[in-house]
Amino acid sequence: MKQTATQVPARKPSAEEMKLIKKFLSDNTLFLGPDPEIMQNHDLMPRTALEEESINKVSDAHTIAKIRDRLQSGCDEGYEMVEQMGAAPGAKWGDVITGVYSASGDLAIASAGGVLIFSALVHHPIKFIIKNWMKDPTVGVREGDGFIHNDSRYGNVHNTDQSMILPIFHDGKLVCWVASTVHEGENGAIEPGGMPSMAESPCDEGLKMSPFKVVENYEIKRDILTFLQNSVREPKLQYEDMKVKLFACLRIKQRIEETLNSDGPEALVSTLRLTMENVRAEVKRRISEWPDMTVRTYIIQDSTLRENCVVKVNCKLTKTGDRLIFDFRGSAPEFTNRPTNTIVAGLKGMLAQVFLCYVWPDLPRGQAAFAPIEVITDPHSIVNCSYAAPNSQSLMSIFTGFTAGQHAVAKFLYSCPEKYTKVHAPTFNMINTFIWGGVSQHGETLGNLCADLNGMGAGATVDRDGEHALAPIFATMADIGEQELNEEDVPFLQLVSKKMTRDAIAPGKYRGGQGYTMIVATKDSEQWGFMTTCQGAKIPPLQGLFGGYACGAYPLSKVKGVDVYDILLNEPAKFRHSIEEIMNDQPFEGASYTTYHMGMGFEISKRGELFMISQGAGAGYGDLLERDPAGVVRDIEEGLISPAVAERLYKVQFDPQTLAINQEATAAAREAERKARKARGVPFSEFIKQWNKPTPPAHLQYFGCWGDDVGKLYMGSADQSHHADQPRPNYMRHPKDVRIEELEARLAALGALEDEKK
Amino acid sequence: MKVLMTEYLRINLDTENWECRVCDHVVGSASKGYKEGMLVYNRDPREIHPPIIDPDKYRFTFSPDPEWVRILEYYCPSCGTMVETEYAIPGHPPLLDMEPDLPALKAQWAQRDEVKETVVGPAVLPDQGHNH
Ligand SMILES: [Zn+2]
Repeated sequence: MKQTATQVPARKPSAEEMKLIKKFLSDNTLFLGPDPEIMQNHDLMPRTALEEESINKVSDAHTIAKIRDRLQSGCDEGYEMVEQMGAAPGAKWGDVITGVYSASGDLAIASAGGVLIFSALVHHPIKFIIKNWMKDPTVGVREGDGFIHNDSRYGNVHNTDQSMILPIFHDGKLVCWVASTVHEGENGAIEPGGMPSMAESPCDEGLKMSPFKVVENYEIKRDILTFLQNSVREPKLQYEDMKVKLFACLRIKQRIEETLNSDGPEALVSTLRLTMENVRAEVKRRISEWPDMTVRTYIIQDSTLRENCVVKVNCKLTKTGDRLIFDFRGSAPEFTNRPTNTIVAGLKGMLAQVFLCYVWPDLPRGQAAFAPIEVITDPHSIVNCSYAAPNSQSLMSIFTGFTAGQHAVAKFLYSCPEKYTKVHAPTFNMINTFIWGGVSQHGETLGNLCADLNGMGAGATVDRDGEHALAPIFATMADIGEQELNEEDVPFLQLVSKKMTRDAIAPGKYRGGQGYTMIVATKDSEQWGFMTTCQGAKIPPLQGLFGGYACGAYPLSKVKGVDVYDILLNEPAKFRHSIEEIMNDQPFEGASYTTYHMGMGFEISKRGELFMISQGAGAGYGDLLERDPAGVVRDIEEGLISPAVAERLYKVQFDPQTLAINQEATAAAREAERKARKARGVPFSEFIKQWNKPTPPAHLQYFGCWGDDVGKLYMGSADQSHHADQPRPNYMRHPKDVRIEELEARLAALGALEDEKK
Repeated sequence: MKVLMTEYLRINLDTENWECRVCDHVVGSASKGYKEGMLVYNRDPREIHPPIIDPDKYRFTFSPDPEWVRILEYYCPSCGTMVETEYAIPGHPPLLDMEPDLPALKAQWAQRDEVKETVVGPAVLPDQGHNH
């Protein structure tokens, strides 16, 4: 007998059943992980009934502006408090921020100083609290509560930043939130300082605080505090800064209450909402003034911090009408066991900084300025990594992503008749500084970093050179701190500090602002070490603009087998004050002199051994043959460039003794160079015939798309790839295993391994 | 009407061509990339970013690695001005870096007066703020 299968159409559950299913699922959620609905969205929440009602009552522009200014100064006051009282080194240099958020969680107003990206991401954990804890009978959100958070996957740059979040009530009704965020440093990760480059999974990254309640009745709960202290290397810092952030939030709360008392809750709610809506509308207006165009660029990360390889951050920026779309598809796939991945919210936060710090700094700082701008990424990519991928060194991807954005945006801005800033070549983007840790000369366990990460060289602009060591791309109003003050707390000295690194240049009609040298040596501790976490020792992490060049490369140099403090005491004349002289002259007999890429995992140092790096230069702008010869000579006089390099590149002719410029000879040399360019340049169509290759070069470990085909992502070699929408695990081998294998192969080739048992 | 697109390039909306702002050379159709009308030179990055420490002794020298990255220099074929640079992985096809929508550009500038000089933007004035 033949069996016939009868097709039964799937029965659709009724509305009532759906409700039941939903309730069952929500009652039985085993784990409240990061919520994609919250984490993938950076736009403003819809207007609420309360906001609508408040705007109907209060919308007078003068009242709104007055209250906004009051809230702004409240945030600035909170910022000053954290900067003055915070224990984290980052706090002292302004790596902090405060902000006021709407009742729905959107950042309406941030402090004028500090790191905007911190607060631009705190709306995610606030929305998590609203969605999950507000109605949960075991948690709840009440007056006097405070929540702590650091896990980047719930909305943060990296886990070293910690936020304190307070709900603000009026007559029992939630009217807004305030929050304060600090780059704390220590968080109990596998390496000290909170940003481990050795992390191979999220479990190596230390404290993972999803948003939870740590303050009740405005008091920090001691049991939870003790647990947190017990989980990090700097327990006192953990306590002190939680208190500082709490009190900064309470001061902002006080300013908000003054406004509530003088103008009423409607005025407050309306101010927060209208500020955001007006900024959003203004951004759309400004974008519509740009030319409709597509701009393409890419930035290369030349390492994972563990090994050198080629990691592409691919960016296509399209503007149509009042829409602006960043398309990062084609960027490298995420690394399964390397920490340079970022969550997509981190990338968006940095792109927001392109606009609020470099393009429209006149706009109120908040979430709204980036709200209407769209971002497309491949899931499981280095710029939109999954929950399981480590991201403690997300800075590598958000900073190169920032630079891709900054480079692309400049090409739109040039033709705009109305400008809010000058067209700007990319600013240096790597945190070339020493991260340090161990036991100090006072017996304290410490883990943190030198403020020199804030000394990034600025890109040149349309009419002037970039400024040296100006500010970090994540905070245009931050400080590089006082090294001497730091040295009271730590057992090492910066023997050379803030001396410009000669010839580490970014040439152009206007040259990039340059970086300075840092030479450190441990002195008063046997348990002290350093790490560096930067890319760019092989490939510059920038592009130049309109014929300007990018910066060069920046390595790490070490001198071991020497106690330089003995040298300084007994033979001080042997000491040299630049990396150039120390490495080329090798003045200390018997010492070893070596160079590395800038991803040094935490390394214990011995007394008097030298670790040497340089901050980087921002990119140059325009054709270097148009540079004013007087500017070139000034650069020689200021020790930025050596005379021979200046003459060879800029074709400036001058007297070697007096540096007097021979204008005619310079003009002639430059004309000759223009002729030489025409002679050596190849027409584009011919050039690409011999230059273009169908796949990445065999000698490079390459990650990301090749050319325009963003659908095919290479995973380390020309014959390994996956389709962009079918991600695969992307494991890197241990660099030491790779090295051992190389060396064993050499031994085998020499016949030295023949008798080894397998 | 001409639109100043970069430091060295403009688009002539009437002829729909890229033009060199230094020598007025017609670079090529603005419906294609300006690079197609340029001369290109494959520059060894060590020539621009010189080694600061001895390349015979050290693996890393402050120069980019010429086997890992090259600088593509784009020159105006008429006046030799370096219009753009591109730090490129060896063999990576040059990017079509600026692809304007010409009808939209025409419509936008139909509402505007021609801008003949570079608009520099606001200056940052000294003596404002930053005290602590
Ligand atoms: Zn020309």
